[in-house]
Amino acid sequence: MVGKSEPVNDSVKSHPTPPPSPLSPKSPDLLSNYFSFKTLKLKTKQQELLIRVSILCLVYVLAFMTRLFSVLRYESMIHEFDPYFNYRTTLFLTEKGFYEFWNWFDSESWYPLGRIIGGTLYPGLMVTAAALYWGLRFLRFAVHIREVCVLTAPFFASNTTVLAYFFGKEIWDTGAGLVAAALIAICPGYISRSVAGSYDNEGVAIFALLLTFYLFVKAVNTGSLAWGLASAFGYFYMVSAWGGYVFIINLIPLYVLVLLITGRYSMRLYVAYNCMYILGMLLAMQIRFVGFQHVQSGEHMAAMGVFFLMQVFYFLDWLKHLLSDTKLFQAFLRMTVTSAVGVGAVALGVGTASGYISPWTGRFYSLLDPTYAKDHIPIIASVSEHQPTAWSSFMFDFQILLFLFPAGLYFCFKRLSDATIFIVMYGLTSMYFAGVMVRLILVATPAMCLISAIAVSATIKNLTLLLRAKTKAPQSVSGKGGSSGKASSKGSLDQSPPFQKNGAIVLLFGAFYLLSKYVTHCTWVTSEAYSSPSIVLAARGAHGNRVIFDDYREAYFWLRQNTPPDAKVMSWWDYGYQITAMGNRTVIVDNNTWNNTHIATVGRAMSSYEDEAYEIMKSLDVDYVLVVFGGVTGYSSDDINKFLWMVRIGGGVFPVIKEPDYLVNGEYRVDKGAAPKMLNCLMYKLSYYRFGEVTTEYGKPPGYDRARGVEIGNKDIKLEYLEEAFTTSNWIVRIYKVKPPKNRW
Amino acid sequence: MPVRDTTEFSRTMLRFRFNLLVLAVALLSAPVLSDLVLTRVDRRVDLTSQIVRIASTLKIENTGKDSVSEVLLVFPERQAKNLAYLTAVSSAGKGKAKASAVNLPVENVNSEGMPPALVAYQVSLPEGGLGKGESFTFDVSAVFSHSLQPFPEKITQADTQLLVFEESAYFFSPYAVKVQSLTVKLPHPRVESYTKLENTKIQGSEIKYGPYEDLAPFSYSPIVVHFESNQPFVVARELVREIEVSHWGNVQVTENYNLVHGGSQIKGEFSRLDYQARPHIRGASAVRNLVAKLPPRAHSVYYRDAIGNISTSHLWGDSRKTELEIEPRYPMFGGWRTAFTIGYGLPLQDFLFESEGKRLLNISFGSPINEIIIDTLIVKVVLPEGSRDISVSAPFPVKQWQETKVSHLDVIGRPVIALEKSKVVPEHDQYFQVYYKFNSISMLREPMMLISGIFLLFVACIVYVHADLSISKSSASYLAKLQWEEVQSVIQQVNNLINRCLMVHDKLDASLRDLSRTGDVQACKAARKHADGLLKELSKELKPLLSILQTSPQAAQILPKVEELVVRERELQDKLMVKHTTVVDCYEKKVSGREIENRIASQQNKITALRQEVDDLLDFIDEL
Repeated sequence: MVGKSEPVNDSVKSHPTPPPSPLSPKSPDLLSNYFSFKTLKLKTKQQELLIRVSILCLVYVLAFMTRLFSVLRYESMIHEFDPYFNYRTTLFLTEKGFYEFWNWFDSESWYPLGRIIGGTLYPGLMVTAAALYWGLRFLRFAVHIREVCVLTAPFFASNTTVLAYFFGKEIWDTGAGLVAAALIAICPGYISRSVAGSYDNEGVAIFALLLTFYLFVKAVNTGSLAWGLASAFGYFYMVSAWGGYVFIINLIPLYVLVLLITGRYSMRLYVAYNCMYILGMLLAMQIRFVGFQHVQSGEHMAAMGVFFLMQVFYFLDWLKHLLSDTKLFQAFLRMTVTSAVGVGAVALGVGTASGYISPWTGRFYSLLDPTYAKDHIPIIASVSEHQPTAWSSFMFDFQILLFLFPAGLYFCFKRLSDATIFIVMYGLTSMYFAGVMVRLILVATPAMCLISAIAVSATIKNLTLLLRAKTKAPQSVSGKGGSSGKASSKGSLDQSPPFQKNGAIVLLFGAFYLLSKYVTHCTWVTSEAYSSPSIVLAARGAHGNRVIFDDYREAYFWLRQNTPPDAKVMSWWDYGYQITAMGNRTVIVDNNTWNNTHIATVGRAMSSYEDEAYEIMKSLDVDYVLVVFGGVTGYSSDDINKFLWMVRIGGGVFPVIKEPDYLVNGEYRVDKGAAPKMLNCLMYKLSYYRFGEVTTEYGKPPGYDRARGVEIGNKDIKLEYLEEAFTTSNWIVRIYKVKPPKNRW
Repeated sequence: MPVRDTTEFSRTMLRFRFNLLVLAVALLSAPVLSDLVLTRVDRRVDLTSQIVRIASTLKIENTGKDSVSEVLLVFPERQAKNLAYLTAVSSAGKGKAKASAVNLPVENVNSEGMPPALVAYQVSLPEGGLGKGESFTFDVSAVFSHSLQPFPEKITQADTQLLVFEESAYFFSPYAVKVQSLTVKLPHPRVESYTKLENTKIQGSEIKYGPYEDLAPFSYSPIVVHFESNQPFVVARELVREIEVSHWGNVQVTENYNLVHGGSQIKGEFSRLDYQARPHIRGASAVRNLVAKLPPRAHSVYYRDAIGNISTSHLWGDSRKTELEIEPRYPMFGGWRTAFTIGYGLPLQDFLFESEGKRLLNISFGSPINEIIIDTLIVKVVLPEGSRDISVSAPFPVKQWQETKVSHLDVIGRPVIALEKSKVVPEHDQYFQVYYKFNSISMLREPMMLISGIFLLFVACIVYVHADLSISKSSASYLAKLQWEEVQSVIQQVNNLINRCLMVHDKLDASLRDLSRTGDVQACKAARKHADGLLKELSKELKPLLSILQTSPQAAQILPKVEELVVRERELQDKLMVKHTTVVDCYEKKVSGREIENRIASQQNKITALRQEVDDLLDFIDEL
């Protein structure tokens, strides 16, 4: 049962029983007629429970269903890039077992370096999917692991809605909880990462994030060790699932710090934080990829600092209790605080200087300073989801939540408690991060939904209170037919401003309109923008029919079937995971981007002349080169458009490659006016090989590049060291074979 | 043709000659067989597809004294290893009565003492064999896989595919042949070269050898035909067909293909531009699509591979067949491979029959794809869980074993009959039968399992809600919870009592209405007396409950409300009694109806107000 009475030793009333709402009007004669039925009828409380549970169930189903667009439009398949790696590892896990998985050295990627999979991934997602798979197998449902992987994200999204309900209930009331569940079920910001097939860490991580926060708030509210423990385990799950756990381990100390400063320190907070931090840290160390970072990395030091601060606080509290002399205590306080801060600063300084505490990583820096990555780490800046967020994408992903958010903040400030302070802080910090990086909109989404839900729920509650109070009097009058002795007691309400009732009705309709707009917007966004697998492209043909471009899979399957099993494929890192998962061939670099030099080597090969590139490719044992080319179909995210990043990343490590060599007056061109180096580099040659003979569009000269809208500058491309091995039916993927070295005589 | 290729070609010929030499040496030791003589042999070799089909009509005569019941067919070993299918059909009998075509691989250890390079098959003649001087005509159909060799072995995309076919111009037989002829049918009139013997003619796409007369046993004259053929050279290295029977009305067939283009391998570049835009150099021998003829009423057809659905396929259907045209993800050039799965459902009643308590599945063995060679074919028949006494009858010898498959909701797994056969050609696409016993009740097992599973889930929920799972039975919060539950139940009882009181009130009111209608004062008084008694009893019952509430600390919050409720109810009771008395008095005094109304109007107002209050309080307490 939810919403039970408080335990006796409960010091706070986290949610005092709401004031008795105005009783529903019932005329006595009606009542007496139905008297015998009343014993059979559900009590109001039971009715409310029934409605609440059924709403939650519907929201649960809705959250799942709305994410199935991609399966219905396309098929049950894995989307994007990273999910292919996750899928491949999950497959390995289910086939070989956990021990093998944990010790897996993958020689199929990062040739010739290889990759220790067990030590360089967050295993939470794979273990979750494998557990679901084994569970279903145990229950005798012979499902394929692919189906489990495809549906993991929607399943966890559904669970998140339930969690949002409980969280909303914890910080406000059940109404806000229900609204939060409904909002988060269809919020595009979350759907973008959790549609069916989007088998990525974020899919389960948002659930884990919200779970940790909810349990922590619960622990702070109750001061219960059990909830603190639970939140530590929630944190462990989060750490095992996603690198975004750093957000938790920084937000919670910040929150504790704010509570300390605002004088809200309490024993409950002490118990909750210490339990969560110590246990959470120890558990997190069990994840090999995280290891000792909690005590050795700069990003985690805030949590440790706050932990020690807590102890100082507790110690001082105890001393204050012992010392009766306030003056003495003041002096002692000053001394202790100064020395504590001093010791902390010295320890941090020594740790950093000696290298024991690693400095912040580039990704962390770029969060605090959005321009950092652009200047220093091109490999981070090259990823589109690491770009700063545009206003339009906020509007696209949040819609009315963007307006409800400030209103929700207002309500939170109006009823300030430990829980509302938390949600306010979560909302504000995550909004900042969402502004810095597009992909972090995801982290902000739960906060947006919760705070907006508070706004919606509180507003509607106020409005309906007004409406019901007003309607009570006339209704009871009419119901009683003349003998209205009751209405006088409610007479005070009649003195409220005129048209209040009408105003309330109008506002209610307005709210209803806004919310229904939100629903249509979300559904539209989900169906149009977020349900494409990106590995299969669909377009409208000339007659309105759907044309499918399945070139990626065509090429990968060709690689899988028609190249030697030990062939090494060189491509830009975006396609690495897909080639290993679908093509089952060894790649030089992939989406794991852990070794910048290696990626830069590939970038250098792509941007060199063919003979220089041949040397590099020989040194890397490359057998095939794969490029993505959109000139025939007008597919714009192809390698030519990514080429400048290859040049930049290559040039970052090898100064031989200079970006200006590929530009003409700072302009990036592929037509006749392009830079000579551009026209003869490997990427250009491979993309446009024999393209000069193709007429792509009626009325345009041959060699007209539809993706860039120009006629290419170098139509007579001869390859000396490579030969075309395969080109897909729409030319999107082109694979070249590296020829063996020539005979010496 | 480049010079190097020619030398290679001659080298191949050399190897071929060497083979012949071995054969000839072997033949020297072969004895002359019985007194049978082939009076006429006509052979027609069909090379229009990748599968070589040799149809021969043999007329045989017994010149010896004893009757003969068997005829030997002899193939050189090199040819025999590609022999996939061999039948003999008697053409003399009416209606093409099939001779008992027995495929008996006879080893040379057999009494005839065959040389090792020969493989003999024995055809049994019908009805006690062939008597002295009798003759008999029959057709032999032999089908060979992989006996066409691409030459050159590697071609570029622009080249056409050339094939080499080797045979003997003379019918290779242990018997003397009187008259014989050979026709070779090619897909095209374009022939690169062919062996010219005496009596060789070429007519369009047909090459004729013979007639040749009076040849000794084991006469051999090699011919080589080198010709152009761009027929699809689709070879399935392995095909696993899984036929799953569901007694709910479906036979699900899943076929996993592992294909290779067995023709000349491609060398050099594959140019998509040439393939798409230059018809003459697009690669004539590439396999663009495959056509599968599925049984009629096939439904839920899918076509996919290890990495997902393949969107290039078309399906047509009419009442006699369903035709599925599939395109591999990429055009298959020589040596290229692909793998895919097609699956379809078939209506159960077309394939499953019942006789004598046994069920009989009658379904085709081979692949539905046209003109395909299958190196290894494994057919697995998955029967429903609980099938017994399984037996198979196949039209040709197959390797057979049993396994189990665990699928949805299976406990012990479904029995699977696996049949394996190598070298399968379209001629093997015959029906085979699986007999088994199955109790129809078992069909209900899986739904029952589901139902009981969900039922158990609900039971578990009920148990969980009602069970007391707290660990510490003496902790303060646990005790408080217990007390609170007690208080709740007491309050519930109080509520019930008050409700009963209210019902008594209603009865009183009803009695008054009766009074106004009938004027029966006595009845009304009796009703009142009865009500009085009831109310007293109820208030007696109420007392211990209230005392419980007063002692319980958990009830402190709610107690005032409950007490107020009781007080209000008592007031209401009193007012009602007063009203009742007044009305009864008035009736006794025969006061007019209006007067009565006036007298009780103020009381009535109070009563209504009180009633409202009581109801509100009840609702409030109810909502706790």
